[in-house]
Amino acid sequence: MKRALAMGIAAALVVTGCGTSAPEGSGGNDGRGPITFATLKDGTGTVPKLVEAWNAKHPDQTVRIIDLPEGADGQRQQLIQQAQTKSDTYDVITIDLPWNAEFAARRWVTELPREQFDLDGFFAAPLKGSDYRGKLYSIPHFTGAGMLYYRTDLLGRAGVTPPKTWAEMKAACAKVLALPEAAGISCYAGQYDKYEGLTVNFSEAVGSAGGEVTDDSGKPKLDTPSAKAGLDFLATGFRDGTVPSDAITYKEEEGRRAFQQGKVLFHRNWAYIHPLMNATDGSSSVPGKFAVTVVPGASGPGVSTLGGNNLAVSAFSKKQATAREFIKYMTSLDTQRAHAKGSAYPMTRTAVYQDPELRAKYPYLPVLQEAISNARPRPTLVRYGDASSAIQEQVYAVLGGKTSAEQALSTLQRQLSEIAQGT
Amino acid sequence: MAALLLSPTLLVLGLVVGYPLLAAFRESLYRGGDALDADGFMVSGDRFVGLDNYTEALGSRFWTAFGNTSFFTFTTVAIEVVVGTAMALVMHKVIRGRGLVRASILVPWAIPTAVSGLLWRWIFQSDGVANEVLATDLLWTSDRWAAKIAVIIADTWKTAPFVGLLVLAGLQLIPNEVNEAARLDGAGAWQRLWRVTLPLVKPALLVAVLFRLLDALRMFDLPFVLVGPQKGSVETLSMLAWSEANQVRYGPAAAYSVILFLYVVVIAFVFVKMLGADLLGDKRKKGASA
Repeated sequence: MKRALAMGIAAALVVTGCGTSAPEGSGGNDGRGPITFATLKDGTGTVPKLVEAWNAKHPDQTVRIIDLPEGADGQRQQLIQQAQTKSDTYDVITIDLPWNAEFAARRWVTELPREQFDLDGFFAAPLKGSDYRGKLYSIPHFTGAGMLYYRTDLLGRAGVTPPKTWAEMKAACAKVLALPEAAGISCYAGQYDKYEGLTVNFSEAVGSAGGEVTDDSGKPKLDTPSAKAGLDFLATGFRDGTVPSDAITYKEEEGRRAFQQGKVLFHRNWAYIHPLMNATDGSSSVPGKFAVTVVPGASGPGVSTLGGNNLAVSAFSKKQATAREFIKYMTSLDTQRAHAKGSAYPMTRTAVYQDPELRAKYPYLPVLQEAISNARPRPTLVRYGDASSAIQEQVYAVLGGKTSAEQALSTLQRQLSEIAQGT
Repeated sequence: MAALLLSPTLLVLGLVVGYPLLAAFRESLYRGGDALDADGFMVSGDRFVGLDNYTEALGSRFWTAFGNTSFFTFTTVAIEVVVGTAMALVMHKVIRGRGLVRASILVPWAIPTAVSGLLWRWIFQSDGVANEVLATDLLWTSDRWAAKIAVIIADTWKTAPFVGLLVLAGLQLIPNEVNEAARLDGAGAWQRLWRVTLPLVKPALLVAVLFRLLDALRMFDLPFVLVGPQKGSVETLSMLAWSEANQVRYGPAAAYSVILFLYVVVIAFVFVKMLGADLLGDKRKKGASA
């Protein structure tokens, strides 16, 4: 009896095992039908509404949302797991922009025929970042760029205008921090904990000094004076107290807390913190007392680093025709407008930023549009993860005073060359 | 006959222990495609690389992680044994509200490690409770020695209750007569603790220590959540394996895991041999038959 039971279980395992292994073949994957959309959880409930609208129009090609884990690491792990097992559970997937090259090179996502998508009207940089070797693999869904938040009340009292350069920012700080009501405030902070945000802040500093971490072909450019100037801006900031010493533990949220508790005068962060800091329920001590401008640079406005998510079609999906159409729908101008009305995520089409209703709702839109237009994507490398780790390792050591900027940059130049060459 | 009766157990063990071990070992001898073809696609397919993954694993990052793993294991287990035993002695003496005390001491153990990692990160953030209470300005979650201390404190908070409970179970097995006899013979409280209670509770204590050793050697979630990945001051061997796997390098990740497994085996073996932890109850059986 027991043996029969065991045999039955074993047989069931074998059968289900067979059931999940996808039949290979090019013809079978371009079908239509109900699909899934693996995406980041939307706290505002806007994405489910947009999906419902699609489902009402396409009853035979309905979309089911699957939430990905929160945080880029969890999201990445989940997507890789599905790809490794060649599972067709996900049809449309949400990836971070810097993963585009890797996912394309590993054949985890399919090429998207340009003619099937309405590509006019997107910001240029995120769209370019969606290419790999001249072919399109994903469509920008959300984007984002760092902006400089500053305290309008304190700047006004000291009679200074928002800074455009690092020197102006330091001069503004000197004046404002001399005010009695600004006692104990620090000048400036970004995100300097050892995580992806440090790569973002570093490439932003290098870009704002007129340099770039890697050129268009992926070759590192860190042996240049502008790269040195960029890293020096961060390193001297820590050394001379322009940046508070505990900023070495700041991620986005720690930085936001410091700014909204009135501890820093200037703060580099994304758009999402704007409504949070304007909250009048007492959680923020600066509502109505701050504004945004583009990040400052060495000799003029700086160059921000692009954030953002893209939508791609899983290579293991069997209903790729529906998946492509759904991406087209999600990234169309009408959907993006509706989306922006429901949630503050920065959209990827410039026309959204011209909408008067949205401009009234999100006063920072003109600045954000300018920031995104001038922003640069992170290095497009197949081994982006290794590149980012190497950058974090070296930059963190410099900020902590363990290495010199020259030493770190020459090490990085060598490491990034190896990483770019290996791929 | 005995073998036949045991065969279902052996089969299950083979499936859930033996197979994954062998599969991980096999994986550690291969490397996935890391070169690109002319069109920029990654060449797929694993190739056999022998022990290359192992020789390349033994870099400075490995030795840092190895040092951290050993350091955390020995310091946390030592502290937890002392604190846990003290907790057990207190719980043993409590007469009123016994159940409540025991349940409340178990709370840290019941909280998932990742969640307690988050809790302690709030406590240790730069403007957090720890700096407030200690009147310090330490950056606990940055990559410095303070991060090590933060991990040790959080781990002790979490797992000392576990040691405490196991020791308490041991304490309750000691008959009261032994203590009374010692008292009649004129032994003081201190002498009774060292000469009577602790030797009798030793078997339970050794089991607790062994469990904690094996657990602490695999430490991952607490430093990962509390301080963060890629920070040399708290990176453990498990975190190293994770970071390789996260970059889709399963061969090197498996190599780190196998090395960690062997390390755990060696520690467990030495511990059982040297201190004679009576895991299988051999001594008790011998004592009964004598």
